[in-house]
Amino acid sequence: MTLLLLIEQGLNGLQLGVMLFLMAAGLTLVFGIMDMINLAHGSFYMVGAYLTATFAPVFDSFALAVLAALPLAALVGMAVEVVALRTLYRREHLDQVLATFGLILFFNELVRIVWGPQPIFLQPPSWLAGTVEIIPGVPYPAFRLAIIAVGLAVAVFLYLLITRTRTGMLIRAGASNREMLGALGVDVKRLYTLVFGLGAALAALAGAMAGPVLAVQVGMGESVLILTFVVIVIGGLGSVRGALVGALLVGMVDTLARALLPTVLRTMMPPSQADGMGASLASMTIYILMAAVLAWKPRGLFPAHA
Amino acid sequence: MRDHGRETLAVLIGLAFLLALPFLAEAAGKGFYVTLFTRILIFGLAAVSLDLILGYGGMVSFGHAAFVGVGAYAVGILSWHVFDGSPLMTWPVTLEGTENAFVVWPLAMLMGGLFALVIGAISLRTTGISFIMITLAFAQMLFYLAIGLRKYGGEDGIALYNKSQLVPPIDLFDRTTFYYVCLGLLVAFLAVCRRLTRSRFGMAVQGARINERRMKALGFSPYRYKLTAFVISGAGAGLSGALLANAAEFVGPAYMSWQRSGELIVMVVLGGMGTLFGPVAGAAAFLLLEEWLADLTEHWQIILGPILLFVVVFARRGLWGWVAGQGREDR
Repeated sequence: MTLLLLIEQGLNGLQLGVMLFLMAAGLTLVFGIMDMINLAHGSFYMVGAYLTATFAPVFDSFALAVLAALPLAALVGMAVEVVALRTLYRREHLDQVLATFGLILFFNELVRIVWGPQPIFLQPPSWLAGTVEIIPGVPYPAFRLAIIAVGLAVAVFLYLLITRTRTGMLIRAGASNREMLGALGVDVKRLYTLVFGLGAALAALAGAMAGPVLAVQVGMGESVLILTFVVIVIGGLGSVRGALVGALLVGMVDTLARALLPTVLRTMMPPSQADGMGASLASMTIYILMAAVLAWKPRGLFPAHA
Repeated sequence: MRDHGRETLAVLIGLAFLLALPFLAEAAGKGFYVTLFTRILIFGLAAVSLDLILGYGGMVSFGHAAFVGVGAYAVGILSWHVFDGSPLMTWPVTLEGTENAFVVWPLAMLMGGLFALVIGAISLRTTGISFIMITLAFAQMLFYLAIGLRKYGGEDGIALYNKSQLVPPIDLFDRTTFYYVCLGLLVAFLAVCRRLTRSRFGMAVQGARINERRMKALGFSPYRYKLTAFVISGAGAGLSGALLANAAEFVGPAYMSWQRSGELIVMVVLGGMGTLFGPVAGAAAFLLLEEWLADLTEHWQIILGPILLFVVVFARRGLWGWVAGQGREDR
């Protein structure tokens, strides 16, 4: 029984991990190439979820809704980059924090005006609504398996994009030396906008996939954003590989701690106390993990500009 | 260039206004403003403490609200035990709850400083964006910890049945009295900070911001100076938290939310970084703007957001630079 529980929670952890990876990849790319901290990245996640929830009943298909939401979210991202963030690349990080903090307020309120303050519930597609028996006797929601598959596919796609294509080559070049890339005649501005759009689309994908698992509501972007920060700090700023490792680590540790800590504590103290303490200890685990990693390696596990 | 005459004048006018405010408000029949300006003074205190590390030390802490919350909870938890009648702890010594301001306010500062010591010791190993993210993450951790405190209301927080007690004739339930107590503490904290920033210690902290490598070459250990500044800043935030708990007669996890931390940064930058007086003006501007916009429309954040963006892009020196003709000295 315990082993089955462990397998199930392990899959949950993997699912949270790939979701965090979708967020972290975009954020870390933007950081690596433009040296920019973007708090509004969580807003793209939220926008992706809302757009999917809006399109799903229209097209009567979850997959089509996601396909329609992604380019739109990418457009929103690129518009934000061109209108607001472009002037901030050479500014201090503090300015970027403030400006994108302002953007979060703006987006949250905009969504509240357009879709209202009530959470929206998004149904998973009917063909993924059931459960799959991964091993005999362990049913697992098919939609969560699909999230894992999509996340891993995106990881492969990003790997190929970055290492095998001309765009990827430019992204890597931009990360190591912006000025030189511009001097070689590459339109750096356009590259930045493109990368920003890509990051926004990935965040929107994460939001769309999270929609049926969590509620679609205002402020959903911020909680995942802070987790994403933890992922990036653990993985090393600017490193996509670090983002993957960090995301899986954080996803696993968080999920397993939430599942196991209350049980473990119950052996030591009365159940009512154990549950309360277990829950709050569990939500602190990843921050303790982060502190431990930083104490060991202040620049994260895979520092990009070592 | 720094214009000392003009700055002194601005400080004196500001102080005179704040001293006269309760009379003006009561005379105009708008006692509500006393309460609003009490909030401004309290957030001003928190913003000044943040300016110490943000403006002078160049440490962009995105988790400053956590220390405010720690201070507030110190007051709230001890007050809860007074009401409940149970001791805070029985081992190794028995500690009862208390509402004595001479005990709980210093304790709030001590706890703020202590948490800042632990969080700062780890966070200051990093710089730049990592530092921003880590301070944010630690603040979030304390936020969840507060939610997990089921004994003390969990997500709902603690409603205080009584305010802190000073010496008998001073009654903090009287809003004018409480206002002047907050004003006095703010002025005292400003005086301490001003001395600190002009001392050898303050110079070392600013030196570490401007050129850390050179400071090391001069034989200073920037890490220790920065950590000390971080702890002092946390203690100041703790004090403002204690006052905030008294002002709202409520303590809750929302005090530590990341939006609060963001707002504190906004106040400092809006007022002018590294000016100490500026953040007070920034707190006033921010809270008054919030008040005004909230009156205007329910969706006031949709206006506030772009205003922030605008301030960042176009008005870098902050209000204080505009009022007193100065920005940060090294710019």
